[in-house]
Amino acid sequence: MQNNLIELNNCGVVRNQKWLVKGVSLKVSQGEIVTLIGPNGSGKSTTAKMCLNILKPDEGFNTIKDDIRISYVPQKISIDWSLPLRVIDFVNLVIKHKKSEISDSLNMTGIKHLIYEDVRNLSGGEFQRLLMARAIAKEPHFLVLDEPVQGVDYPGEIALYKTIQEFVKKINCGILLISHNLHVVMSQTDYVICLNGHVCCAGTPKTVIKDKEYLKLFGNNIDPTLAFYEHNHDHEHLPDGSIDESKKV
Amino acid sequence: MFDDFIVRAFAAGIGLALITGPLGCFIVWRRLSYFGDTIAHSALLGVTIAYAMNYNLTIAVFVVSCFLALSLLFLQRRTRLPDDALLGLLAHSVLAIGLVLLGILSFIRIDLMGLLFGDILSVNFTDVLFVWIGGGIVLTVLILIWRPLFAGTVNIELAKAEGLNPDLATAIFTLLIASVIAISIKIVGILLITGLLIIPASASRNLSSTPIQMAITSSIIGVFSLVTGLQTSMIWNTPTGPTILVITLGVFIITLIPMKKLLISKNKIKS
Repeated sequence: MQNNLIELNNCGVVRNQKWLVKGVSLKVSQGEIVTLIGPNGSGKSTTAKMCLNILKPDEGFNTIKDDIRISYVPQKISIDWSLPLRVIDFVNLVIKHKKSEISDSLNMTGIKHLIYEDVRNLSGGEFQRLLMARAIAKEPHFLVLDEPVQGVDYPGEIALYKTIQEFVKKINCGILLISHNLHVVMSQTDYVICLNGHVCCAGTPKTVIKDKEYLKLFGNNIDPTLAFYEHNHDHEHLPDGSIDESKKV
Repeated sequence: MFDDFIVRAFAAGIGLALITGPLGCFIVWRRLSYFGDTIAHSALLGVTIAYAMNYNLTIAVFVVSCFLALSLLFLQRRTRLPDDALLGLLAHSVLAIGLVLLGILSFIRIDLMGLLFGDILSVNFTDVLFVWIGGGIVLTVLILIWRPLFAGTVNIELAKAEGLNPDLATAIFTLLIASVIAISIKIVGILLITGLLIIPASASRNLSSTPIQMAITSSIIGVFSLVTGLQTSMIWNTPTGPTILVITLGVFIITLIPMKKLLISKNKIKS
C-alpha cells in the first residue's frame, strides 16, 4: 500500500440516474504503467478523473497519496482565440519552470523550435506534444495521459510512446495511460484494464513478437514499442451497454 | 490639490481604468461580457436601497452585486441552463425588482441619467479614496489568485487535477467584479461600466501575444482613453462617460489595422 500512488476501490460515478462506470478497482504504484482501454463512452476518462479527484466517486472511495506531484494530459483542450498564449506560457500554466527545464521538456517531445509560437498556430500533433511537454516538465510522481497519441500519425505515435518510456526510466513515475486502441498498447505496460462501464477484463500484454496471429496480420513491421493485448471476456455487451445475460459464460 | 473637481475626476478615473484593464481581460477570456452587464443591472436595486435606508451608495451597490454574483454561482450548480440564459434571467428580474421597489418608495428621487451614465465631474474626495483603496485591494487579490484563475480559464479540469483550486479563484474573481462595478457606479454609470471593462481588453488583444502583456496594455489603453475622453468632453462640452467610451472604441478600431502586415508588405515591395 505504501507504494501505491493512487488507488480506486470499487469506484463508480452516477449521472442522471445512470452509472457511467461502476465497480472499478485499480491502483498505480511508482514506476508502473497501467493502460486503460475500452470503446467510446466506456468510462475511461471518467475513471481517470476519479484517479485525479476531479470527480468524486458516488460509490467506493479513491485514495491519492499525499504530497505527490500530479500531471494531467486531458483528452481535449480548446484554447479560445481571445487568449494570447505562447507555448512557453502554456508550459508555465500551473507551475513556473526554469527556462532550462522548459527547453528540456520541449526538446524531449521534439517541439523546442516552437517555444515562442502562439499555441493556436500549432497543428493537432504539435499541440499533443505540447501537452506532453507541459506534463513532463513538472517531473510528476503520477502522470495521467488521456489518449495522448490522438491526431498523431503512426511514426509520431511511436516517437511519443518512446518519449514516455524514456521519461518513466528517468524519473520513475507512475503512469495511467488511456488508449482507444483496443488491441495494441505500449509494450512497457505492466497492466491492462479493459473497461466498458465496468472492468471487462484485465491482464498483462503479450509481446508482439511472440504472438503468431499478430505476426500473420502485421508481419514484422510493428515497432517493439507496441504490444498486443489479448482480451479475455466472459460476457458480451448489448448495443445499449448492458450485459447480455443470455450469452454469459 | 483635491479641491479641484477636475483633479478629482482625473484621480478617480485613472484609478478605475487601471483596475478594469486586467479584470476586463479575464471577462473577455472567460466569455463573461454579459456578466458585467448583469451585475450592472443590479446596481439600480442597490442604489434604491441606499437611498431608502440612507446608506453609503457604493457599499449598498457592492452588497447587492455580491449577492447577485453568488446567486449566479449557486444557479450554475443547481440548474443545467446555459450561463447566458441564467444571466439574462438574473439581469432582468433584478432590474425589475429595483424598479418596483423604486415605485413603492415614491419619496425617493433618483437621478436616473446620472445612474445610467455616471457623472465623473461630481465625485468627491471619499469617492477618490474608495477608488484607490478599493482598487488597490482588488488588484492585489487579482495578482494573488492569478495562477489558479488563469489555469482554470485555460482548462478547469487540468487546473483541478494538478492541485490548484480554480473554483475558489472563480468565486473570488466574481466578487472582484462586483466590487469594481460598485466602485465605478458614480464614475461611468451602469450602462458604460461593461464597455470600460471589455473594450480596452478587446483592443489590447489585437496588440498582445502573452496574457500579462494583454492585461497591462489593457490598463494603458483604459488610462489613455480616460484622460483623452475627459479632456475632449470638457472642450466640446459632451457627456463625460460616453465620450470616454467613444475614445476606447476609437483605440479599438485603430488596433484593427494590421501594422505588422503593412510594414512587411512595404518592405517586400522595396526589396
